Amino acid sequence: MKYIDEYRDEIAAQRYVEAIRQTVTRPWTLMEICGGQTHTILKFGLDRMLPREVTLVHGPGCPVCVTPMELLDKAIAIASRPGVIFCSFGDMLRVPGSHQDLLMVKAEGGDVRMVYSPLDALKLAQQNPDQEVVFFAVGFETTAPANAMAVWQAQQMGLRNFSILSAHVLVPPAIEAILNAPGNEVQGFLAPGHVCTVMGYWEYEPIAERYQVPIVVTGFEPLDILQGLFMTLKALEEGRREVENQYARSVRREGNVQAQRLIQQVFEVTDRAWRGIGVIPRSGLRLREEYAEFDAERRFDVAEMAVEESPECIAGLILQGRKKPPECLAFGTRCTPEHPLGAPMVSSEGACSAYYRYTREA
Amino acid sequence: MCLGIPGKIISIEENDLGVRMGKVSFGGIVKEACLAYTPEAQVGDYVIVHVGFAISRLDEEEAQQTLEMLAELEEVAAEQGESLTYILQ
Ligand code: SF4
Repeated sequence: MKYIDEYRDEIAAQRYVEAIRQTVTRPWTLMEICGGQTHTILKFGLDRMLPREVTLVHGPGCPVCVTPMELLDKAIAIASRPGVIFCSFGDMLRVPGSHQDLLMVKAEGGDVRMVYSPLDALKLAQQNPDQEVVFFAVGFETTAPANAMAVWQAQQMGLRNFSILSAHVLVPPAIEAILNAPGNEVQGFLAPGHVCTVMGYWEYEPIAERYQVPIVVTGFEPLDILQGLFMTLKALEEGRREVENQYARSVRREGNVQAQRLIQQVFEVTDRAWRGIGVIPRSGLRLREEYAEFDAERRFDVAEMAVEESPECIAGLILQGRKKPPECLAFGTRCTPEHPLGAPMVSSEGACSAYYRYTREA
Repeated sequence: MCLGIPGKIISIEENDLGVRMGKVSFGGIVKEACLAYTPEAQVGDYVIVHVGFAISRLDEEEAQQTLEMLAELEEVAAEQGESLTYILQ
């Protein structure tokens, strides 16, 4: 078992599609939360295999996309300072801020580096004691254990030149925001498998109950997604509104308790602005007071900034599943991966880039 | 961003702070990963690795069950005298 190829079997996929066909008796609208799942769906054309009754809308699960422009402008301001090594995951580098992106800062001589893990940034801080190393801590619950560990280790080592700019966001409040939005059409959710690997899925049970929606924790391979869709549709057809777990090989109900413990030690829940959506109460993580010295926002005292969004970009609607990328007038013309107007066109998990990559020639 | 890739643990050690680290092979490409969050994982186990951290040990039995669910679907359909496979022709 290699845990990859087995879940890409085409014949098995066709069988699932057929099982879905036999299950569905009326129209249903489902949302996959995670941008990684959006990409699998478009890459393998899963949406086009489904019966007409099933509409898939794409959710806000792209941390790069939902990082508010103000935080991005702060990142750019910090990265522009002399003596700073600014580290980020690659996807973040080309997201447009109000006037610049991080790659432009680099082109102008700023020390901006792409890292694979926050531990790489930590190493850079050890190797460059005379410089300030700042890590752009973007991500959902999946990434929080890694960033918590980096901060904890920095404290254990007494590193004085390491800090993080936290843009952490949480999934359950975002699901509730979508369900509470007037005119919501989403009737069932695929919950993100790796977020739930860390946090478990008990948090989703009250949501399923309160809003009467089935939620199926789902993995990322094509068969995972088809099975997740099948389970969600079956629940809808049978009138069940509960949480089920398709991705049981990785997800347990209680989640990864060790990881949760360190997240809670280092971070606390805070209100957070989502790009294009606005502030969602208790939807983000910030460093606890005990770890305040590692907070780049405090260390660099970046003031509040006025931001300028591209007037054409409808990322907010895209991220809430209310519009699909081709409905954006700039899609594929004035907005492309080479010249993005908004984050969803940049990120490897953004819905606009997924449509651009996989659907244009079709 | 939440990309997590399954890989096989090939060695385990501790770093200076006593944090559990290890080498993980992804189809032959070996990378270092933090194993602090998977204390139960042993050499030879598969883990999901995200930004350099193992976040779960994969459960082989559960993995099999996911694949077997299809077979069950087939049986149910067969009992009902329908075939799920006719579209494959
Ligand atoms: S296509 Fe470009 S401009 Fe339109 S919503 Fe997507 S990112 Fe924004």
